[in-house]
Order: sequence, then C-alpha cells, then structure tokens
Amino acid sequence: MEPIINYLFQIGFSFSIFILISLGLAVIFGMMRIINLAQGEFLMLGAYFCTICTQSGINLWLSIIIAALAVGICGIIIERLLIQWLYGRILDTLLATWGLSLLLVGAITTIFGPQTESIASPLGNVALGELLIPIYGIFMIATSLVLLLLLYLLWRHTRFGLIVRSTMQNSGAASTLGINQNLVYMLTFGFGCMLTGFAGAILVPIVGAYPTLGLVYIAKSFVTVISGGSLPLLGTISASSLFGTIDGVIATISTSVIGEIVVLFVAIILLRMLPLGITGRMTKGV
Amino acid sequence: MIFSNVNINNLGQMPKYSWWIFVTGLGLFFAIIPYFIELFVILEMSRFFGMALLALSMGFLWGYGGMLSFGQTAFFGVGGYSYSVLALNTGETTGALFFAVTAGMFIAAALGYFMIYGRISNIYFSVITLVFTLILEKGIRSTSGDQYVIGKVRLKGQNGIPNVPQLEVPWKAGIQLDINWFFYTGAISVLCVYVGLRLLLASPFGRVLVGIRENENRAELLGYDVRKYKFLAFTICGGIAGLGGALYAISIPLAHPEMFSLGRAADVVMWVLIGGKTSLIGPVSGVFAIEYFKGWLGTQGVGQVTLVLGAVLIIFVLVFQAGLIPTITCLPGVWRERALIIKNIKKYLFFIKTAMIQINKIDKFVTFFIKNK
Repeated sequence: MEPIINYLFQIGFSFSIFILISLGLAVIFGMMRIINLAQGEFLMLGAYFCTICTQSGINLWLSIIIAALAVGICGIIIERLLIQWLYGRILDTLLATWGLSLLLVGAITTIFGPQTESIASPLGNVALGELLIPIYGIFMIATSLVLLLLLYLLWRHTRFGLIVRSTMQNSGAASTLGINQNLVYMLTFGFGCMLTGFAGAILVPIVGAYPTLGLVYIAKSFVTVISGGSLPLLGTISASSLFGTIDGVIATISTSVIGEIVVLFVAIILLRMLPLGITGRMTKGV
Repeated sequence: MIFSNVNINNLGQMPKYSWWIFVTGLGLFFAIIPYFIELFVILEMSRFFGMALLALSMGFLWGYGGMLSFGQTAFFGVGGYSYSVLALNTGETTGALFFAVTAGMFIAAALGYFMIYGRISNIYFSVITLVFTLILEKGIRSTSGDQYVIGKVRLKGQNGIPNVPQLEVPWKAGIQLDINWFFYTGAISVLCVYVGLRLLLASPFGRVLVGIRENENRAELLGYDVRKYKFLAFTICGGIAGLGGALYAISIPLAHPEMFSLGRAADVVMWVLIGGKTSLIGPVSGVFAIEYFKGWLGTQGVGQVTLVLGAVLIIFVLVFQAGLIPTITCLPGVWRERALIIKNIKKYLFFIKTAMIQINKIDKFVTFFIKNK
C-alpha cells in the first residue's frame, strides 16, 4: 500500500509542478503567440518578491498573493516597454525576451547576489506508516487543481475571458466590435505573468530563490506547452498529466535528471507523431 | 526600421575573383599575424576560432536555411566531449577530431530526423533545439559520480573533463602541435568552412535551400523534397559545430557542461545577430567583436556582464535588425538620406535666420520709435 501511495504522491507532485510552471506560459505563448524566454525569470521574480515579503514579517500565504500581483504589474510594465513593439514578429519576441532574461538575471544578481535566499517550509509532514509525506506537497497539488478550475471558469464563464479569447482568435474582428486591442493584450500579458509569479512564489519554500532559478524550469514549461498544443487549458492539463506521470515514476525509480531527459525524449517522439501538439487539431474549447 | 531592408543579392552565383583575393588576403593575414602579436592574443584568437565555427554553423542555418537553431550549442558540446573522451582513451588525436565532427553530425541527424521529418513549424524547431541543449547540459552536469565512466575517462559532472589533450602532428604520433600551429589549424578550419559554405551556396543545393527559406510551399510545389534539404543542411551544420566544439575544448583545455548552457546559446545568437546573418563573414566578425567587447567589459568593472549583454541584445532586436556588418555596408545609402535631411534642416535654419533678422529689424525700429517718443 505504501509504495502505491508514494508513487501516487510523486505523480501528483510532478503534475502540480508541470501545471503551475506552464499555465502562465500557456497564456503568453499558447494564446498570445509570444515566445517568452524570460518566463523563467518571471518565476524567479515571483520567488524573490515572496521571499522579501516573508522576510519582512508578512504571512507566507499573503506574501504569495502579493508576489503574484507584483509580478503581474512588472509584466504590464515590460509589455508597455518592450513586448508591444513585437506583436506578430514571433522570432523577434524570442530574441528580445532572451535579452530581457539575461538583463533580469544580471540585475537580480547585482541586487541580491548569487546566493540562495530560502525560507522555512511550512506545514510539516504527515506520516503513513514509514512514509513521510510533506503537507506542503499536498497543498501544491490542491492549489494546482483549484487554479485549473478557476481558470476554466474565468475563460469560459466571464466577460473578460470571452473578450480575451476573441481578441486572441481574431484581433481585427474584435477591435471592430469596439474592444480596445492594446488594453486586452496588455492585461493578458500581465495576467500570464501573474500566473507565473504565483507559481514562483509557491515554489519558494521547496527550492528557495536564486537568480538562475528560471533556467531549471524554462525547458520543462516550454516542452509542456508545445506538446499540449493550441488549447491553453486542456492542452496544459493533458501534457502535464502525461509528463507528470512519466516524471513522477522515473524520478522515484532513479534520479530527477533522468526523469527530465526521458520527458524530453517522449516529447520529441510525441511531436514527430502529432506535430501540432496533443490538442493541435481541436478548435473548440479552452 | 531604417536598416531592415538590407539584402545582399549575390547568392547562387560562383564567387567573383575579388572574393577569392579577399579570402587569400585573409589567409595571408592569419599566416603572418602570429609573428606580430603577443602570446596571450594568439591563445585568445585560437579560442575564438572554435567559436567562429559555431557561429558559422548557426549563421548558415539561420540566414540561408531560415532555421533558427539554438541546438548548435548541443552539437558544440557533443563535439568537445566526444573529442576529449576518445583522445584521452586512445591517445590518438587526429582521429578524435574527425570523430567529433561525426558525432556532431550524428546527433544533429537524429534530432533533425524527428523535427524536420515531423514537419514541426520553425518556431517549435527553435524552442525544441533550445530545450534539447538545456536538457543535455543538465544530463552532463549530473554525471559527477564515479559510475559515469566512458572507457577510462570520468565525466566528472560540474567540473568537466580537464587536460583535454593537445592536437598532435597527424603523421608523427606523440609530437604535439605548438601554439602557432594550433592557431593555424583553427584559422585553416575556419577559412575552409567559410569557403566551403560559400561554394555550397553557389551549388544547386544551396540555391534550393535559399529558395526554401524564401517560400517553403513554393519549393515543395516545384517538386523539391524540402525535408531532405533542410535535414542535410542541419546535419552539415551539426558537424561544423562539432568541429568547433573540439577546437574550443582543446584551446581552453577543458570540456565543460558550460558549452551546452543557455548562456553559451545566447552568445551564439548575439554573434550571429550582431554580426549580421545576411552574410557568412558577419557571424565570424561578430565572434571577434563581441568576445573582445566582453573581455573589455570584464576589465571595466561594470559588475554583471550579462546585464549589459541583455540590453545590447534587446537594442539590436528592436533597432538594428540586420546586424552590424550589413548595417555598415548599407550606411552610404543611409548617409545619402541623412544628407538630404541635413539639407532640409539647413533650409529651415536659413528661413528661421531670415525671420530672426526681420524680427530684429522690427525690434530695433520699435525701440528706436519708443526712445524717440
């Protein structure tokens, strides 16, 4: 019984990490078609904001929310300064955001130094016989599921979701119907950054905050979003479940690095068979 | 953008004789230069030649094949590691150098088969190659344990393989090339690859490749197997990057996971983007310019070099789309426009001047009038 629960927990944990780190990218890359290589750095910014807030005495749960909002505002500023010139020039977005990523890593290293800032992991462990399961991990799994539900409701059942989806589908038609394109693009980018910052803040108690934190997750999140295909929510869920299962099982058997390598190879073979991703041929839904 | 409409249109033709004179001149320049510069500069330049090969492979794929491949660093690293492992195991270096080229080509072919024959789009191609090199880096970094041994060489994870053997004279085993001759090896390989790629562009293969870059569907409808051409170009460039990696590993001398890293991949993009991808000489000059600039920045104490590099990359993407060399070559045209603008400004200045004179006259008249009132 215990090994099964252990495997289930590992799979759920990997799944939640895949979901958390790639939801923001699914909005920015999947919907807005901006290859944002600075995505990992937004994650890192979220982690730093959360650490700063916690160290200045704010409750961890509150500082996670503050960090998410702060990264969202950073995202809006960056959109106004840099990204708004690059819509439609998809390869240029890649290069420019790469420059942005180098810039952010350099800036954060200058300000905070290269060492890891860590905060204590809250909520201890729960014991199942010999097995110790961290409650924070269970919290992360729960958070990712709740986040998915909230996003589904947001995209599907609110006016904001409708406007964003229509603008991403056909911005010309949307703007003839009286929608302010620039505003929608700005808010959507900010929203994607906010999701990423939230993920970064959630990850802090596990991994800490350091300038090159983004590099660890950027490959994973891009693999997930590309394999997921064009639908931001369903694609992310399907790719995350597939990769989370593989990663969870293999990371338990051997090391997490081997797990990641296997995930990459599965993704490449998957793209050989389904070049547009898992949901590439679906046109309806979110 | 002012500089974006740069187009060098000498493709598909055999190079003119002036180009051959240029290449010969470059060769002669490299042949005599070690006698005039310091030892340190010779060593630095030998290191740059490995990077120049990497830049050439990326510039060829990006500028002429339309494929933005970030995985060139993967083949670069694979080349370096395979040379080190084989040379340390067998003690034979010339064969190991060729093995590095083959290994680069093989890995490129394996990756390229899945991506190019899977017909994934150009954007996914860029991202997948990037992810590939990142994962390879992670894999190599995790091999620090004693169980990761190839032959009798430990991979050593984070630390890399030290003491990569120096190249030996091919026909005299056991005698190492001295510093000057290693410099010549690098220079000759860069020149050969440069000439080879230029001739390849003039061949039917190169013309089809450029045609594919211009319009993939049209090339396909004309009956060319687009995938085959892209696949071959990708494989060739993998081999070039592998050779570059081997030369680079010899010159430091260390085979290190850093060769696969995102920082290195960003360097390659900067070299090609800033040097300019519309010519083959652009990426090479980009290597020398940027690496010199980086060394200079390091001595200036600006703190984080990546900060400055990131800003430079953003500026180049936003303003100088075509890169430095094409921008310089199109400057005369820009200057002509500039001259026109200056002429106009002079006209306005003249107008303002005359107006001012008139106003002064009125002013004088008024003051005169007031005084005499």
